Amino acid sequence: MPAITLRVNGRAHEIDVEPDTPLLWVLRDTLGLTGTKYGCGIATCGSCTVHVAGRAVRSCTMPVSAVGIAAVTTVEGLSPDATHAVQKAWIAEEVPQCGYCQSGQLMSAAALLSSNASPSDADIDRAMAGNICRCGTYDRIRRAVHRVAREG
Amino acid sequence: MGAITKLDRRDFLKLGAIAGGGLLLGAYVPDSRGAAPEAGSSSPFQPNVFLRIDTDDTVTIWVARSEMGQGVRTALPMIVADELDADWSRVRIEQADAHPSKYGRMMTVGSTSVRGGAWMPLRQAGAAARAMLMAAAAARFGVRAGECRTERGRVLHDASGRSATYGELAEAAAALRVPARPPLKDPSAFRLIGTSPPLVDTRDKVTGRALFGADVRVPGMLFATVVHPPVFGGRVASFDASRALRVSGVRHVVEVSQGVAVVADGTWAAFRGARALDIRWNDGAFAMSTPEIFGELARLAERPGAEARREGDASAGLARATRRLQATYEAPYLAHATMEPMNCTADVRADRCEIWVPTQNPQGTQSTAARLTGLPVEAVTVHVTHLGCGWGRRSRTDFVEDAVETSMKVGAPVQLVWTREEDMQHDFYRPAAHHRLEGGLDADGRLSALHVRIAAQAISGGRPIDGPAVASVADTPYAIPNLLVEYCRAELGVPVGYWRSVGPSQNTFILESFIDELAHAAGRDPVEIRREMLGGHPRLAHVLELAARESGWGTPAAAGRARGVALVEDKGGLVAEVAEVSIADGRPRVHRVTVAADCGRIIHPGIVEAQLAGSVVAGLTAALYGEITIERGRAVQGNFDGYRMLRMGEMPQIGVHIVQSAEEPGGVGEPAVPPIAPAVTNALFALTGQRIRRLPIVLDTGRAATPM
Repeated sequence: MPAITLRVNGRAHEIDVEPDTPLLWVLRDTLGLTGTKYGCGIATCGSCTVHVAGRAVRSCTMPVSAVGIAAVTTVEGLSPDATHAVQKAWIAEEVPQCGYCQSGQLMSAAALLSSNASPSDADIDRAMAGNICRCGTYDRIRRAVHRVAREG
Repeated sequence: MGAITKLDRRDFLKLGAIAGGGLLLGAYVPDSRGAAPEAGSSSPFQPNVFLRIDTDDTVTIWVARSEMGQGVRTALPMIVADELDADWSRVRIEQADAHPSKYGRMMTVGSTSVRGGAWMPLRQAGAAARAMLMAAAAARFGVRAGECRTERGRVLHDASGRSATYGELAEAAAALRVPARPPLKDPSAFRLIGTSPPLVDTRDKVTGRALFGADVRVPGMLFATVVHPPVFGGRVASFDASRALRVSGVRHVVEVSQGVAVVADGTWAAFRGARALDIRWNDGAFAMSTPEIFGELARLAERPGAEARREGDASAGLARATRRLQATYEAPYLAHATMEPMNCTADVRADRCEIWVPTQNPQGTQSTAARLTGLPVEAVTVHVTHLGCGWGRRSRTDFVEDAVETSMKVGAPVQLVWTREEDMQHDFYRPAAHHRLEGGLDADGRLSALHVRIAAQAISGGRPIDGPAVASVADTPYAIPNLLVEYCRAELGVPVGYWRSVGPSQNTFILESFIDELAHAAGRDPVEIRREMLGGHPRLAHVLELAARESGWGTPAAAGRARGVALVEDKGGLVAEVAEVSIADGRPRVHRVTVAADCGRIIHPGIVEAQLAGSVVAGLTAALYGEITIERGRAVQGNFDGYRMLRMGEMPQIGVHIVQSAEEPGGVGEPAVPPIAPAVTNALFALTGQRIRRLPIVLDTGRAATPM
């Protein structure tokens, strides 16, 4: 297998995996970045959402070979100390319940806010439509996104 | 943890001084099903609340319940810390490993973590430690304990201006007797209980650091998955592993009791290997499909079942009724579909076994591993991780068996993760149910007689009645003078189990819909007919009033919308909900949900509000979309494409109204699930005249446009 260079959270990693391995499993099992979660494997739940070149993607269906030189950001890369604006808002609104889907929710919200600093409810519905939360934290997610827009 | 030194009294145990100085205290909390051991009984005393005060002022509280988003790791320590008058910022939480007896029953089910007996003993544990620290301070200050007071981790003697921290006093306190009757705070003096401090795990959950089951990494660990027989009750006949073993990264293919496991260098390789397996199955005897299953349930309900409740004479009452109504209702099988698929990490060695697992059942995990490995229970360590939802699914230990057996077979630590498809197609489903109902109204439009016959598979060991199958019907809070509830046991091959709120989640849909039918038949207001039957239940009557008032019941809804109401008494929680719905593109659209709840005294209002709102989402998701269908003995739906979840854009506006109560704490994680389905279907009836008698909701779109 040819070695692949993957740029994750500002660091370059030489990895040796099958090129069709989904990015999710490279992050979790090869690089040990377990904040990104497996939920469905078919891009229907959003638990695996990360940023590739600043856009929210479902890492469970993206082959690692398709990432190329694009920068990957995972929840760990937002900030390690919960100082990113979406993390702060998530804490202020006490969003998580079980927490399993929240890495993906945070990444979808962060991608939305980076392209739209003041999203409407309809914008939020659209951008977050791919992220399921079984605990039903949607209202607090919405409030947290609005809080980021308000407080930056 | 230090050695147990002596038994001070029946309910408390001081574990004495600990390394480095400090106080370790254990207290007995009777579980929800059993009482404390009798005084003077010969059974050994077992404490099950543990707290420790270290000389550096850290207070450590062990939590022996599983955290799945319901906030136990915050709420349970708050109760202890409040009575202790601890400095909350110095409280550390430890998740208890499984132990057969040390913590009592560790199973986290039935909304029982606070209610059902834990509330008072948790308070007593905190109060006992506080009294000992005060006594130690009094001795040090040369004053009477009664002259001292406590505040945020300190004992103060105001007259002399002296004070000492709990850490400074812990060692001296550890030498004292545990008080027999520690004084409890007057509730007006609570500083933490009734407030909403930040949840202790939120920071970890927004940085990706919170450890869920599959986030565990053990040195030398291999990654695995398992393929189970597609037909319930099936078995492996034979298999050919050669193609799977050719998948890059696959190391082993082994047969385990429940299927075939593929072990690899990474989860993806294991998943690919599993797809490459060539397995011949012995499908077994069960080959029914959904229509036949409901046909069988309907047939069972044609004959009398076991009596679950009898008041007066239902058949005579029905014969006397001026108006009679009959209906049959159905509820489907439901999967739990927790966001985190089933998984378990096991490291089985010759002399010990260590397990990391998101479980609601640490003790069952421990005993299961002991049985499979032949090791004594003490040699099995079970660490409980965060749970990516539980909903009852994680009270089972089938996924533990897969991991333990696989680790034994390959001789290495193994993390075994089910694919979403395995998770959804090998669940213990909420049972499908068929209800036959007949109700009678008297000349005044009162419900004078009700006969309910429930056909469903059993999920408890109860005989002849399966308690969960008849819950919230047999014990309906409504005063109905002539009532007969019967249970017809169905024996079918579909695995069934506990699903968030259990029996009431389907039974409330059915009973509350039928009450609504009777109200309309009598030409009466649905709130009014319910109020009339709740004379003996002032708390439930109050939440009904509250929901009606806050929802604007009795005032016109916006054009194209209508409201429906339903209520339940479930697991110590009393909940009434009003849903406001319209129809868009032939589908119900839920705009507003008003939740009124009396769950007794509230520990953490923020958690309670989140649980009640989340329960509405759970129940609404099931009402709109939830159904697992069975085809020739197999579950059809395997992922979120076929088993839909409510998404952000479908969220109603949810208004939660919590009754301020000084009653004993009740359940909060489940009781708001049951009323939402009937609140929605009753609203749809008010809007369209269509009575939904089967879930998930399917509207006859030809009629949907015709308001009543």
